[in-house]
Amino acid sequence: MTEKIIFALESVYREPLEIKAFCFGDTSKKTICIMGAMRGNEVQQMYVCARLVQELKILEINGHIAKNTGIMVIPCANYHSMNIGKRFWAMDNTDINRMFPGYNLGETTQRIADGIFTEIQGFEYGIQLASFYQPGRFLTHVKQMVTEFTTDDGLAYFGLPYALKRSPKPYDTTTLNYNWQLWNTKAYSLFTHSTDDMKEDSAENALNVIMRFMKKREIINYPIHAGYVTSIINESDMLQIHSPCGGICRIKTKIGDVVERGQIIAEILNPLTCEIFAEIEVPEKATVFFHFESPLIVEGTVIFKLVKNNDF
Amino acid sequence: MIKTVSQINLAVNEKLKIQKNSIKNGTSKKRICIVTGTHGDELEGQYICYVLGKYLKENISRLNGTIDVYPALNPLGIDSIMRGIPGYDLDMNRTFPGIESGTMPEMIAYEILEDMKGADICIDIHASNIFLREIPQIRMSIPTSEVLLPYAKMLNVDFVWVHASATVLESTLAHSLNSTGTKTLVVEMGVGMRITKEYCKQLVDGIINLLVNLEMLTDVEVGEIREPVVSLDGAVGFVNSPAAGIFVPDTEFGSIVSEGDIIGRIVNPLTGEIVENAVASCSGLLFTLREYPVVYGGSLIARILRQEDKKND
Repeated sequence: MTEKIIFALESVYREPLEIKAFCFGDTSKKTICIMGAMRGNEVQQMYVCARLVQELKILEINGHIAKNTGIMVIPCANYHSMNIGKRFWAMDNTDINRMFPGYNLGETTQRIADGIFTEIQGFEYGIQLASFYQPGRFLTHVKQMVTEFTTDDGLAYFGLPYALKRSPKPYDTTTLNYNWQLWNTKAYSLFTHSTDDMKEDSAENALNVIMRFMKKREIINYPIHAGYVTSIINESDMLQIHSPCGGICRIKTKIGDVVERGQIIAEILNPLTCEIFAEIEVPEKATVFFHFESPLIVEGTVIFKLVKNNDF
Repeated sequence: MIKTVSQINLAVNEKLKIQKNSIKNGTSKKRICIVTGTHGDELEGQYICYVLGKYLKENISRLNGTIDVYPALNPLGIDSIMRGIPGYDLDMNRTFPGIESGTMPEMIAYEILEDMKGADICIDIHASNIFLREIPQIRMSIPTSEVLLPYAKMLNVDFVWVHASATVLESTLAHSLNSTGTKTLVVEMGVGMRITKEYCKQLVDGIINLLVNLEMLTDVEVGEIREPVVSLDGAVGFVNSPAAGIFVPDTEFGSIVSEGDIIGRIVNPLTGEIVENAVASCSGLLFTLREYPVVYGGSLIARILRQEDKKND
């Protein structure tokens, strides 16, 4: 393993931000890059990468990394925000993942994005540990942004029960995933159960998923469980349920559950009297893919995403 | 008349309401929208809405048409000094055109857009953020400039910046409205979290001039209207901080600078040293200047509208 600083940024009173990358195998080869936290609350994403570094060290020592392949892992690109509990850039609240491909003469986060992208463009495969802007629990899944540049459909190689395809919106065009694709990297976003908090089981699952992908792409040679037969679905085909009112949110199911038509899966309560404002009923048999997770909910918030079971 | 454009139940005993003041008189079907408060830290538009509302109330008999004033598209952001939408950490001006059955921000964006669609002109007023001070200016993309430029020239601003299109900007209110044929001009002026009365008055005079030109206001006196400098991207020079430190300006905002002039210094208060000088990248009008002193390498210090070097003539 070699460790290198791919970008450094001075601060007036803090120690410099030094973005570290950990490289394995043939460092002259750009085979796969795994990007962890770019936002200050993506602790789980950083942890998954840290575990990956730990595992790859052992694999490398034992000769399990294929010849002529190079692996780069960047656990955390924004610990200046992480250390002060902010999601976006510490000073101006801009989002590094809305600054790609970056600009080396531009503003601070454009320079950070440029510093990262200069190092990580040109990899054959790119996996970003991504997060969702709303508090909630997801089934671990992999997502591919389908663009005019998408050249590969390796979604099934992750061996997860579900993989999503998504059409990009205008604001996606400045994300890492989109720009990776623009520069010919086969890019995927991996979502684990959570963001701000660390979940060991979910992190281990994500770790195995990445290792499985690398195994199936012959980047590592190490026995690993083959995983699931993946159901690939379009994000727009999911059942999305919005909260019909605001109040206290009481979820009565969990991710992965198969729920039946008519089943009550959540209640919204009057926060001052506990009277039931609304019950969330399942419209048709489905699997719970996402549920909102916070005690208070605003009207219109996405409370559930369900995968219709008759799709398969 | 105060109308609610969109409303949604918050979690505890409160409704979020997006409201407008629909000021109407006469028989004309013409309608102008004045909209601001998309970013909760941009407050210049608050004073403009107040001054314009007061003026129209006092001159209602001279109005022929409808002026819809939307002072706060993001009321929770304004109330909590947050640029984005509190609870979502989303930039509201990246949520348009919205989705009718989408998330809370998308639903609100959709309803706002539906309400504004079909107006003859929409003026979307932004202040700068807390970091930069801007002279009153209008920004538009190249594809919209042919249609918008004649109206921009009526608005008494100093500068019109015609910039290249960017896909990411397709999620803005202005792009979404312009795409539906509602002519929308974006104003940038002043600085975040503050009101610059002089600039607000300048723009209100411009809006009154626009209304006179559209024959929606009659029998009113309009003062002299400025002829803005119209410029393309290539004419704008950027000065980014060469180092981290505290920026101390040495040049007056709005002044003419020559290439190589020291705009300000990046200093280190701990060591008592000048770390770097921030130097003008070209000669011209200093139309943007950093207001917030703390900088990282790359922080925007200034923008300069490239002009002939008049100082040396």
